[in-house]
Amino acid sequence: MDWSALALSLQLALATTAILLPLAVLIARPLAWRRFPGRSFAEALVALPLVLPPTVLGFYLLVALGDASALGQAYQALTGRALVFTFDGLLLASIVFNLPFAVQPVQRAFDAIPREVREAAWCCGMTRWQALWKVELPLAWPGLLAAVVLTFAHTLGEFGVVLMVGGNISNETRTVAIAIYDRVQTFDDRGAAIMSATLVAFSFAAIAAINWLGRKVDHRG
Amino acid sequence: MAEGLHVTLRQRAPIPLEAELVCAPGELLALVGPSGSGKSTLLRCIAGLHAAAEGAIRCNGETWFDAGSGANRPVQARRIGFVFQNYGLFPHLSALENVAAALGGLTFAERQARAHELLARVHLDGLASRRPAELSGGQQQRVAVARALARDPAVLLLDEPFSAVDQVTRRKLQQELARLRAELDIPMLLVTHDLDEARMLADRMVILHRGRTLQAGTPDEVMTRPASAAIARLVGLHNLFEGTLAEDGGGLKLAWLGHRLEVTRVEGRQGDRVNWVIPPEGVLLHRRERPSRGEAENPVSGVVQDCLRLGPFTQIRLLPDGGSEPIAFSVPSHVAERNDIAPGAAARVTLLAASIHLMPGEVGPVLE
Repeated sequence: MDWSALALSLQLALATTAILLPLAVLIARPLAWRRFPGRSFAEALVALPLVLPPTVLGFYLLVALGDASALGQAYQALTGRALVFTFDGLLLASIVFNLPFAVQPVQRAFDAIPREVREAAWCCGMTRWQALWKVELPLAWPGLLAAVVLTFAHTLGEFGVVLMVGGNISNETRTVAIAIYDRVQTFDDRGAAIMSATLVAFSFAAIAAINWLGRKVDHRG
Repeated sequence: MAEGLHVTLRQRAPIPLEAELVCAPGELLALVGPSGSGKSTLLRCIAGLHAAAEGAIRCNGETWFDAGSGANRPVQARRIGFVFQNYGLFPHLSALENVAAALGGLTFAERQARAHELLARVHLDGLASRRPAELSGGQQQRVAVARALARDPAVLLLDEPFSAVDQVTRRKLQQELARLRAELDIPMLLVTHDLDEARMLADRMVILHRGRTLQAGTPDEVMTRPASAAIARLVGLHNLFEGTLAEDGGGLKLAWLGHRLEVTRVEGRQGDRVNWVIPPEGVLLHRRERPSRGEAENPVSGVVQDCLRLGPFTQIRLLPDGGSEPIAFSVPSHVAERNDIAPGAAARVTLLAASIHLMPGEVGPVLE
């Protein structure tokens, strides 16, 4: 059992979810409520990772984050580290390919909040931030939960983009999905089976726990 | 300092507006008009939820909005109480928490105490812990009213607050609002398309059509003396006709279908086209056995086109001789029976001169 790969997968899934959730709120809110030129274009851009083959997305990310790219060079200058074939690059790629899984459920949840309710919050004297914390986010809770579950599960299972952008470096970019692939390539069926079963168990437990927590908050709230 | 609410707004899009209104402290002003007439947009402008292209909004001497100087006080700083059409209650909060949500700046204990007080004021003391989904439509409306009053508002805005409840609850809530408003010394604006509601609750009403304020006045003034035929139609007045002014015996009379009708108040010149209206109460049926011989004012004869008995009263539509539009009025049902009122029967009525209201004529053919 490659525990370091499992730990890396969980670390990646947690970090992606933690970063992507507030980002999804930031993106989904205007998409749900504002009518602006280019809205359809923005929605299509967010949904693109859903339809692109992981290798295509991985290739473009590799180009965009590579040492020759402006982003890669800027990151190198700032941190002294490269973006491709590192955990940082993997995290960035993970955020990009999970964008629709986080944004779309949150957008649908905000969409479902009646305009009157939002405006009533302002009429009650709440600032936009207070309205967000006290009214909008509690009402968008099911969408936020769905975003967490989908992002977490999808990150744990992603293979193509991870391999393209991160490669297969132990303790740095080798996630459990890649470790399983590795074991199969070396005919270590037992190792692959153990890791697959562990991944299934972890994913199941994490999703069940999030759902249970969601129901608990929903009943209480 | 100008007390009350003063609004002048103009815009072309998204909904055209050309509105002007004044509402004094303690006054309930009804904004009446058909769907899409801009009533709710006007209310949203006052609340600060929408900014018109031109105009100004001033409340008790404070400028809330002035397109000229670019002043636009945010909704949070306008201190308005807003009861939305579907109430806009926070579904995840209890009735108490909904009211407390509008009580910023107080301690938790103060908020709770004040929210309980406000719920008691709208007779919801026992239901404080219930969420909106656990309350009836009428109870939800009361929570919305309590919440709107929580901020000690400078203006109370009510956007069709009775439209989402049944008839019985509506009457009850209207009575409660009538009682509540007597205790409030702030301008109150009620958006409605129900004229009876406006007549019952409002001190004054403003007629809105396609974003324009057409007429303002007491409900009685607007309903009996509309400023134009368009307003008469908007407020659903029957007995709207066209005629011309004619000199007759030294004074101006209303020439209509060959009659020269006496009118108490007449302005204009000989030959002016006018529209005129008479409320059903101004039409008196002559007794069959004692027909008028010309001594009654404005006698008009015709044929009963239709009569409909509605309990103790019978609605009659009389087609005047030579005319194409019937005169509608109602009489006690026993009077209709005694005078053999039935479709096709001949009948005569008096049009009371004091009840005839003249308006500037619209372009179109005139029946003289």
